[in-house]
Amino acid sequence: MALTDETDLVRTEEMLLNVGPQHPSTHGVFRMVVKISGETIIEAEPVIGYLHRGTEKLAENLQYSQCIPYTDRLDYVSAMLNNYSLVHAVEEAMGLEIPDRAEYIRVITMEMNRLASHLIFFGTYLLDLGAMTPFLYAFEEREKIIDMFNELCGARITYNYMRVGGVKFDTTPGWLEQVDAFVKRMKGEMVKYRQLVTGNEIFLARVHGVGAYTTEQALGHGMSGINLRCTGYNWDLRKKKPYSIYDRFDWDVPLGSAGDCWDRYILHMEEMEQSLRIVEQALQQIQPGPVMAKVPKLIRVPAGEYYSGIEGTRGELGFYIVSDGKDKPYRLKIRRPSFENLQILPIILKGVPVADMVAILGSIDPVMGEVDA
Amino acid sequence: MWTWNNLWHWAGHPLSWPGFVGMLVGAVVILLLALLVVMYSIYWQRKFIGWMQWRIGPNRVGPWGLFQTVADVLKLLVKEDVIPANVDRTLFLLAPIFAFVPAFLVLSIIPFSAHHVFTANIGIGALFYVAISAITIHGVMLGGWSSNNKWALIGGMRSAAQMLSYEVPLGMSIVGVVLMAGTLNLNGIIAAQMHTVWYVIPQILGFIVFVIAGTAEMNRTPFDLPDAESELVGGYHVEYSGFRFAFFMLTEYVYLLAMGGLMATLFFGGWAGPFLPGWLWFAIKIFIFFTFQFWLQATLPRIRQDQMMSFSWKLLLPLALANLVITAVVKVLV
Repeated sequence: MALTDETDLVRTEEMLLNVGPQHPSTHGVFRMVVKISGETIIEAEPVIGYLHRGTEKLAENLQYSQCIPYTDRLDYVSAMLNNYSLVHAVEEAMGLEIPDRAEYIRVITMEMNRLASHLIFFGTYLLDLGAMTPFLYAFEEREKIIDMFNELCGARITYNYMRVGGVKFDTTPGWLEQVDAFVKRMKGEMVKYRQLVTGNEIFLARVHGVGAYTTEQALGHGMSGINLRCTGYNWDLRKKKPYSIYDRFDWDVPLGSAGDCWDRYILHMEEMEQSLRIVEQALQQIQPGPVMAKVPKLIRVPAGEYYSGIEGTRGELGFYIVSDGKDKPYRLKIRRPSFENLQILPIILKGVPVADMVAILGSIDPVMGEVDA
Repeated sequence: MWTWNNLWHWAGHPLSWPGFVGMLVGAVVILLLALLVVMYSIYWQRKFIGWMQWRIGPNRVGPWGLFQTVADVLKLLVKEDVIPANVDRTLFLLAPIFAFVPAFLVLSIIPFSAHHVFTANIGIGALFYVAISAITIHGVMLGGWSSNNKWALIGGMRSAAQMLSYEVPLGMSIVGVVLMAGTLNLNGIIAAQMHTVWYVIPQILGFIVFVIAGTAEMNRTPFDLPDAESELVGGYHVEYSGFRFAFFMLTEYVYLLAMGGLMATLFFGGWAGPFLPGWLWFAIKIFIFFTFQFWLQATLPRIRQDQMMSFSWKLLLPLALANLVITAVVKVLV
């Protein structure tokens, strides 16, 4: 018997490992069944549905404005964008004219919410990789955003702030100045994050070349947002199909090239700076005025099928409305970017170590409320 | 003919009851001292990392939260002793002891002060440390193995791989110091430094290897893979609770103390220092080592398993060997 022939000497077998749904790094109730050989993943099967609440079905029995609080619970770390996506779809279907001030407030809150969401990504991603301090730094700043939203609409996470035709409340006195002060402060914080994390050798070794996929693969799986842009494909709905007032601002779409975890990480960081740029310009341009358009008491969408997608935090967030002319949608289909982005997981997890599983899943940045809807 | 008396003669102490009682008291004092240090190093860890993260840290139990860890330890001790149904019972019970006993054993050779009150002054001190501390890995590995839990198994295996890889560079980095001092006796090494400079200056390469390998040996950030919270949900001790879990935690922090003591002895002149009494100098040096470790813990992410292994074998070991060769050549020439 040849001594080099390991299979004869040591019997090895693959191990089926159940990751989640209660696992600290699956970002919610996400489950993966992975087959591992040693520390290498041979096969990974995502299992979803632990947070399914039937939002789409519930919406069929709700008036359009009653649907808005349900959208808060989709991607629960960026509720403003969910709110907007629904009301935008309805407004487009009804052909409503939205007052300028309302649009500015919407953009400011949406970009601030995007910032808060990316801060969570930054914190939890580093926590996944074993560094705990960035998490607390990120949550310190996020807390300030949350506090400002709380002052604006009385809720910290589930805002229910946007309405068909505008926003529910005008800004409180001094609110815009608070935002301005925050933007200035946040710019300094970004430098701090870069110094603490972005140049760290261990961090670089963990994310460079890990979990890479090509543009074709990303498009083939219907990926969008940062998960698509990290491959170098320029696709941002704020630029490609401008909605709201995004065409009034001067900002860039950061692009990656390799499509690996590093690109996804750095795009999150760069998008935060772009969001700050947009908020800064919006604060200069905003004028006093009404925050609500003239909207009929009972919102009825004319019969037909409508789709409108916006650039959500995690990709294209779209609402597809089938209306039969009543005050309730006949069918409401939500295109949830996290769900689409997650589909590539079995492919990129094949052949990576267990430690990278966490790094890859974290970089895809799914929110389970949105995946399961 | 072998009798029990031979054992004591072999250890250099003819058996006498007063001597035996003295050793017993000494052991108990060291045990209590270690417990105290562990409790307050955990307190300091939480406070220090808290400040780094813009938090206050523990401040509820006792003045400035000073009794927080005491309360935590008491809680662990009075907790229900859970042994899961399908574990390998014997090994599951033995594992914490395997991990814990060597940790206290190595404390016996650490020279805490000039007068050597309760510790053994043996000729092969440095070797003893490396040899005994290697036993702990069995406890960690058995704990992971016997738990009948896949996460614990991966944690235990990681731990075994890690400790094996870093044991070698750690030993090699110590050899450089031993070569310079010409003795394995820890007090001898301190005495040799009193005549010249602290060995951290001539042995800077060895010191760097020692700190990195020592950090890995203790499973601390960035080498905390065996109990990687965010990947393995706790690693090898995931099925342990109550005082068995406390034993694993104790092991970790006692090693922190022992490694700090060893580092101070080998590279920073041990208890030697002007003005202050020896034990205070030693405590200050260990305290700085602790703080440095906690600083790392608050700052760095975790390295990956394969990167960690290749880092040890491809970088640390050659560095340690190069240091050894340089030390030997310089010693012959000078």
